[in-house]
Amino acid sequence: MKTTNKKTNKKTREERDKNSGLRDADFSSISGRTLQPFYTADDLSGFDAGAELGFPGEFPYTRGIHPSMYRGKLWTMRQFSGMGTPEQTNLRYKFLLEKGQTGLSVAFDNPTLYGRDSDHALSAGEVGKTGVAVDTLADMERLFHEIPLGRISTSMTINAPAAWIFTMFLANAEKQGVPFGELRGTLQNDILKEYIAQKEWIFPPEPHLRLITDLMAFCADHVPQWNTISISGYHIREAGSTAAQELAFTLADGFCYVEHAIRAGMDIDDFAPRLSFFFNSHLDFFEEIAKMRAARRIWARHMKDRFKAKNSRSWLCRFHVQTAGCSLTAQQPGINVIRTALEALAGVLGGCQSLHTNSMDEALALPSEKAVEIALRTQQIIAFESGVANVIDPLGGSYYIEKLTAELEEEAEKYFRRIDELGGVVKAIEQGFFQREITRAAYEYQLALSRKRKFLVGVNEFVNRDEQLEIPILEIDEAVERDQIRRLNQVRKTRDNLAVRSRLEALEKAAAGTTNLIPHLLDCARAYATLGEISDSLVKVFGEYQEQPFY
Amino acid sequence: MSSQKIKVIIAKPGLDGHDRGAKVVARALVEAGMEVVYLGLRQTPESVVNAAIEEDADVVGLSILSGAHMTHFRRVKELMDKNGLGDRLLTGGGIIPTKDQEKLKEIGIPKVFGPGDDLQDIVSYIQNWHHSHAA
Repeated sequence: MKTTNKKTNKKTREERDKNSGLRDADFSSISGRTLQPFYTADDLSGFDAGAELGFPGEFPYTRGIHPSMYRGKLWTMRQFSGMGTPEQTNLRYKFLLEKGQTGLSVAFDNPTLYGRDSDHALSAGEVGKTGVAVDTLADMERLFHEIPLGRISTSMTINAPAAWIFTMFLANAEKQGVPFGELRGTLQNDILKEYIAQKEWIFPPEPHLRLITDLMAFCADHVPQWNTISISGYHIREAGSTAAQELAFTLADGFCYVEHAIRAGMDIDDFAPRLSFFFNSHLDFFEEIAKMRAARRIWARHMKDRFKAKNSRSWLCRFHVQTAGCSLTAQQPGINVIRTALEALAGVLGGCQSLHTNSMDEALALPSEKAVEIALRTQQIIAFESGVANVIDPLGGSYYIEKLTAELEEEAEKYFRRIDELGGVVKAIEQGFFQREITRAAYEYQLALSRKRKFLVGVNEFVNRDEQLEIPILEIDEAVERDQIRRLNQVRKTRDNLAVRSRLEALEKAAAGTTNLIPHLLDCARAYATLGEISDSLVKVFGEYQEQPFY
Repeated sequence: MSSQKIKVIIAKPGLDGHDRGAKVVARALVEAGMEVVYLGLRQTPESVVNAAIEEDADVVGLSILSGAHMTHFRRVKELMDKNGLGDRLLTGGGIIPTKDQEKLKEIGIPKVFGPGDDLQDIVSYIQNWHHSHAA
C-alpha cells in the first residue's frame, strides 16, 4: 500500500483543519491526549503487523489472548455484588445466576475489606453498607449456601486480608465436598494498588508481599485453577488517573509481583500463568480499546523477552473489565445505562475475558434488583444481538486504533523507566509518585469539567433543574449490623476456643519466620477464628502501615 | 480565628478510602489561597476534632462515601460543639442522599457537596461563610 500521498501528510492536515472552521470544543481524549482530525497509513509508516499484532492467540497477543476468542467462549458475565448479611447476598447471587450471569463476584463491606470484625469499634455504622459482611467461615457457609462452588467460578474483591478470606472460602469448599483442584476463580489480592489508590492495607508492603507469594506458591500446588491475583488498574483509574497512567501503573505493579515471586524462589512459569489483570473501561471509547490492546502486547513482550518465561501461558495478560463507576452520575441516573453500554462495548472490543457492568444507581447506592438486571442485559445484548462477538479484534488495522495502541505502549514504557529511576514500585509509593500523578490528573479533569472543556451530561450541561429522584434506591437496614454481631457472638461461643487460640499462636509463630502462612491460615479458618482475630495476630508480628498522605 | 488564610481541615473518617474528591477539593482550596491541613484516611471523629483544635481551624470538611455519614457527621458536630468549635463551619461531601442532607441541616451542617458539584461552588461557599462570620 502506497503510504505517502501529498493529501495525507501532517502539514496538509493541519491546514485543512484551519480552513474547515471548527466548533469551539476540546478534541483531546478524556485523558487529555491530543488527537488528529483523522489518521492515515502515514501514521503507521514502518508498522510491522507481524511483529506488532500477530494473529489472535499468538505472541504478542495484541488482537486477543485466544485463537478463537468469543467464538470459542464469550467473556464471563460477572456482576460484582454484595450487600448486608450473607443471606441477603446469597439471594442476590441466586437472582443474578437465574438472570443469566456466568460467574460470581463478591463485594465485601468495609470492615471486612480492612480485616476487621463486625463488632470492632471502627466498624460501627459500616457493617453491610458497601458489600457483604464476612467475619468467619460460618459467613462463607451462609454466603454460598446452595451455590455449587465446583461448578461456577468465583471472584473475590479483597486485598489486605485476602489470604485469610481465601482460606475461609477454601474451608467452605471443603464442607461442600469440592476438592481444591476443582475450584475456579480469582482473588484480587493486589496490595500495591492499595497503597496507590484503593487504600485498603493493614501492614507495610513487605509482609503483604510475602502473603501474596505464599498464596501463589500454595495455589500452584493445591488450587491450580485459581487466579491468585488480579493486578488492577480499575481503582487507579477511578482515583482519577489517565488511561496511560492506569496502563503503566498496573503493569508496573505486575512486574513488581513477578520480581518478588522470583526473589522468593519461585519459577516464573509456576506462578505467572495464574496472574490476571483488571482494567477500567472508561468513557473515551477508542482510547480504552487501544489501552487494552496495548496491555496485552506490553505484558507479553516483557514476560517473554525480559523475564524469559518459557510457558506461553505466562505471557498472557488475561483481564476482567469493569465499566467506570466514576463516570456515572447521581443526576439523571437513567442515562447511566447508556454510558455503561458504551463502556461495556469498549471492553468487549478490547477483548476482555470477564466483564462487570455498573448499574444506573452506581452514584446513589448499592444496585437495586431492577438496575442490576438492566446492567446484565446490557452485556447480553452486546453478546447476542450486536454482532460484535462474531469477529475477533474487529478494530485491528484501523489507523487510529493502531496508532493509539502504539502511543499508549510508548507512554507506558516511559513510565516504567521513571519508576525504575525512583527505585521500583515500592520506593515510588513511599515517595508519593503515583499518588501525586493521579491527583494531578484528577484535578485537571475536574477543572476541564468546570470550564466546560469536558462534559458530563446532566451535570455540567443539559441539566434538569429541580430534578426528583425517580428510581428505587436500595437501603441497608441498620438491623444488619445488629444481626451480624449477634451471629458473630454465637460463633465465638460455640466454637472450640482452645483450638482457635492454639492455631492463632501457631500462625503468629509462623509469621515471625518464613514458612508459608496459607496452611496456618487454613487451620485458623477451619476452627472458625474470626477475620479480626487473624488480622490482630498478624499485626502483632507485621505492624500496621501508616500512610503519608500525599495529594 | 485567624483573619489571614482560611484554615481548612480535610479528613476522611472511618474506613472509606475513596479520597479522589477530598484530594481534588484540597488542591482547589489551596489554589484559592486557603491553608489546607490534609489529614487523610482512617481518621476518627476524635482525631479530626483534635486536629481542628490544635490548628484552630476555621472549617472542617469531611469526605464520606461509605454510607456511614450520619454516624460520623453527628459525632464530629457533637465534639466540635463540646470543644468550643461550635461556631466553625462543618461541611463536607461524598455520597450523601438528599434525605440525609436534610437531616444534616437539622443538626447544624447546612451544606454538603456531592459528585458533580463544581469546585468553584465549594470554594465560594467557604469564602462566603468566612466573610460573614469573620471576627
